[in-house]
Amino acid sequence: MAGKGIRIEGLKKRYGDGDTAVYALKGVDMKVDAGEVVGLIGPSGSGKTTLLKCLGAVIDPTEGRMTLGDEVIFDNGWKVDDLRALRRDKIGFVFQAPYLIPFLDVTDNVALLPMLAGVPNEEARRRAKNLLTALDVQHRAIAMPSQLSGGEQQRVAIARGLVNHPPIILADEPTAPLDSERAMAVIRILNNMAQEYETAIIVVTHDEKIIPTFKRIYHIRDGITHEERGEGRNID
Amino acid sequence: MPGVNKATNVTYLTMQVKKETQDVRAMVVGIMANSEPTSSGWPPYLIAGRHITRSHYEAVADVKTGFHLGDKIVIRRNKYEVVGLTRRMVSSSGDPMIFIPLKDAQEAQFLKDNDAILQNRRRTSENPIFNQPAIPNLLESTITAQSTNSFVNAILVKVSPLYSPEDVANNIARWKRLTVYTRDQMETILVGKLIATSAKQIAMFLVILAVVSAAIVAFIIYTLTMDKIREIAVLKLIGTRNSTIASMILQQSLALGFIGFIVGKITATFAAPAFPKYVLLIPQDSIVGFFIVMLICTLASIVAIRIAIKVDPAEAIGG
Repeated sequence: MAGKGIRIEGLKKRYGDGDTAVYALKGVDMKVDAGEVVGLIGPSGSGKTTLLKCLGAVIDPTEGRMTLGDEVIFDNGWKVDDLRALRRDKIGFVFQAPYLIPFLDVTDNVALLPMLAGVPNEEARRRAKNLLTALDVQHRAIAMPSQLSGGEQQRVAIARGLVNHPPIILADEPTAPLDSERAMAVIRILNNMAQEYETAIIVVTHDEKIIPTFKRIYHIRDGITHEERGEGRNID
Repeated sequence: MPGVNKATNVTYLTMQVKKETQDVRAMVVGIMANSEPTSSGWPPYLIAGRHITRSHYEAVADVKTGFHLGDKIVIRRNKYEVVGLTRRMVSSSGDPMIFIPLKDAQEAQFLKDNDAILQNRRRTSENPIFNQPAIPNLLESTITAQSTNSFVNAILVKVSPLYSPEDVANNIARWKRLTVYTRDQMETILVGKLIATSAKQIAMFLVILAVVSAAIVAFIIYTLTMDKIREIAVLKLIGTRNSTIASMILQQSLALGFIGFIVGKITATFAAPAFPKYVLLIPQDSIVGFFIVMLICTLASIVAIRIAIKVDPAEAIGG
């Protein structure tokens, strides 16, 4: 089920051409193993969002190489035909706001992704219920998103990111709207899920509360990443 | 006349009918009071009271007039008692009908006012041809002849079995030198001439209403879609096909139309009796209306679908 993490080598992204060309990423190197949660931090305009969009296969990197598990997905050009299917099957997303579909209940919000991938509805719902149980929101399985608290919504969003068992999850400021206690709970869940499903998780954050929990942190500044050992503070 | 089974005289006149201070616009129909209630021209059924049995001063009114059994109504100079009530008896312009005896209706239709009668009598008496001392009854006879009439507006003919209505109509027109219409011809005249303009007028209103409704639905769906741009970007980011998103928006629009149709249908059903003129609601109109609503909603969702399809999944990531 799990992949073997993600490896990024010399990833560059250029906007514009000629004299107006600007490099948002100037050669990013990253490696996140399966079961690992790393932090990606940096000031505004440093290239975090551009890197996330490249990793999420929604914009095209200019050059470099990306390997997802054993599969080279980008090598100076995309190596997969269907980027939509790549995003659906291989990459999980967790956002700052949950962005749950308001007219679907909690189970269907989570089951939507496998259903889109062609998984039979019953199997998709079974997967969704297992994840909701693992994230301790199974009691809200038939509630609508508007009936959930902020923390519950974020847990449902995490379940949605995990439901297709992607080898990588990109979490974009997942704790920003939460208080300390709930933010720690979300990080704890991400760590547990990473280990349980052998998923590589990259957490983009500005949140000072959660930065000490990462064992490894990538700082990004002016489109270049620097790896740093984190405190790896125990959050259990 | 061969082929004529039964002939009945009728008169029609549209006028204001009074009841105390109330004034109702109605079509007054004069029917032959001494014939059978099943005769042509009579109201086919009553919902209360009885048919006209006397030759004068009784009336049967459509319920849309607002009159009740026992009401005293005034038509021209005479008072009539409402002895029966009928339903769905309206003129081509939608005015409710009031049935009264033929003689009374003729009088009401051709009766001149007092001043006109006095002036006419004066002119006649001053005319030496009508006022000859040698013939003392001439003037009186002339005045009596001027103040009465035997005209009717139409004669309804029931054709005998085995006779073709067209042949009978041709014979009457040829030998009696009258203008004759068969039932089919009357229906053609009614639909094609009398109510065609009204129908076109209402159709134009409906077209305008449909366009306005489409604009309103389009605006609502557009607003709902713009509110969900981030959710749509997320859906596209996680791998949802454009066709699935378009289908969701279309379903939303159709659901809106369906709810609107149900509310409209219920409202129309309950409000129709309160309309001043009779409103005929037939199932075929509802079915056609339903499909038109669905078509309008489909067209109205196009703008929102185009916007949704253009949403960049990258919008879901970052600020």
